[in-house]
Amino acid sequence: MSPRFEPITGRYLNLELLGKPHRLYVEEAGQGIPLLCLHTAGADTRQYRGLMNDARVLKDFRVIAFDLPWHGKSSPPAGWQDTEYQLTSRDYVRMILEASDALGLDRPVAMGCSIGGRIVLHLAHENPEKFRALIGLESAAYGQAYYDHTWLNRGDVHGGMVCAGVVSGLISPTAPSAERWETLWHYMQSGPGVFKGDLYFYTTADGDIRSRVGEIDINRCQLFLLTGEYDYSCTVEAMLDVAKRTGAPATVMKGLGHFPMSEDPKKFASYLLPVLEKIRAL
Amino acid sequence: MLDLIPKYVNADSNLVRRGHFVDTTFMIAIDDAYSLIRVEAGRVTKITSGPFVTPDYSFCLRASRAVWEKFWQPLPPLGFTDVFSLVKQKLMQVEGNLHPFMANLLYFKDVIAAPRKEAVR
Repeated sequence: MSPRFEPITGRYLNLELLGKPHRLYVEEAGQGIPLLCLHTAGADTRQYRGLMNDARVLKDFRVIAFDLPWHGKSSPPAGWQDTEYQLTSRDYVRMILEASDALGLDRPVAMGCSIGGRIVLHLAHENPEKFRALIGLESAAYGQAYYDHTWLNRGDVHGGMVCAGVVSGLISPTAPSAERWETLWHYMQSGPGVFKGDLYFYTTADGDIRSRVGEIDINRCQLFLLTGEYDYSCTVEAMLDVAKRTGAPATVMKGLGHFPMSEDPKKFASYLLPVLEKIRAL
Repeated sequence: MLDLIPKYVNADSNLVRRGHFVDTTFMIAIDDAYSLIRVEAGRVTKITSGPFVTPDYSFCLRASRAVWEKFWQPLPPLGFTDVFSLVKQKLMQVEGNLHPFMANLLYFKDVIAAPRKEAVR
């Protein structure tokens, strides 16, 4: 019997990010329009496993995802042990642009979820010419912390377990059990302090784009917004506010939560495919 | 509904296993009705109803009866599916020494939601 490989290829990319040598883990599948996928805080590219196995997507799109430094199988930069990881909007934008350049992508579509959904708004505001289109999943211009993030990284609490515990309620109660627990497993495997470091960007003034979101010009780069109805972190109301101020089309995804592509890939595809069809026609 | 917690927690060997290192007493407040839930090695061994003069517990989850009733529905309405959703909406307070709660968050979320199982039997 021949091996039952998935269409996904994983490789390591050597590049300079933020002026330092990095070793980045990159997955891709399919061919055609480059679709660069950005994972959520404290997680990795495995969240896009459903998309990268969907033949309906792969026939027209080259789906690419990379683990941010410190995440998944991407290493932190040398000397990490003497630093505290903290994601900033400036670094996040630069890393996406530098990774896209290093991959040789020509005006990719970028799609991000949660912190990725937020940075998509920053990209739409600062670098619309670099992208064919942008898709914000669980996009909100700002998100206020609703628990003390120091719980996420302290020696007397298992970091993986508390990170999974914190995000578990963001998954739709109707999500298939296997996909729910796969999603949580990614959080359980996250490195110490990484989720907390990502949330710096997400919940402080650094990543707050409320005052600028109205300046986004979707005629320069089409922006699409999709949010799961069970997401109480990036709420439907927050997405609709971005939609109102930008004119971007917005879709409420019924029966989905904060991790649509990972918690229920099939249901998510039913919402994403029409968007991809519109992008294909651009 | 609180009497359903030991019934469903102790019958769930996986949940008991996941809480093997949990040894604490926590409080659930439903309006002004207070109850202490004793957990030993993952099993709920005792529930004591108030009022109390000097209750001794680690953490307390406090919400109105209307909120708890929605939370305990088999498929709760939007916004009522999770403790942190309620906390964010200021419909629930989590107070006290949060260490046992946060260090065993997935376990306690399932313990607290255990009464949902009654309605789906």
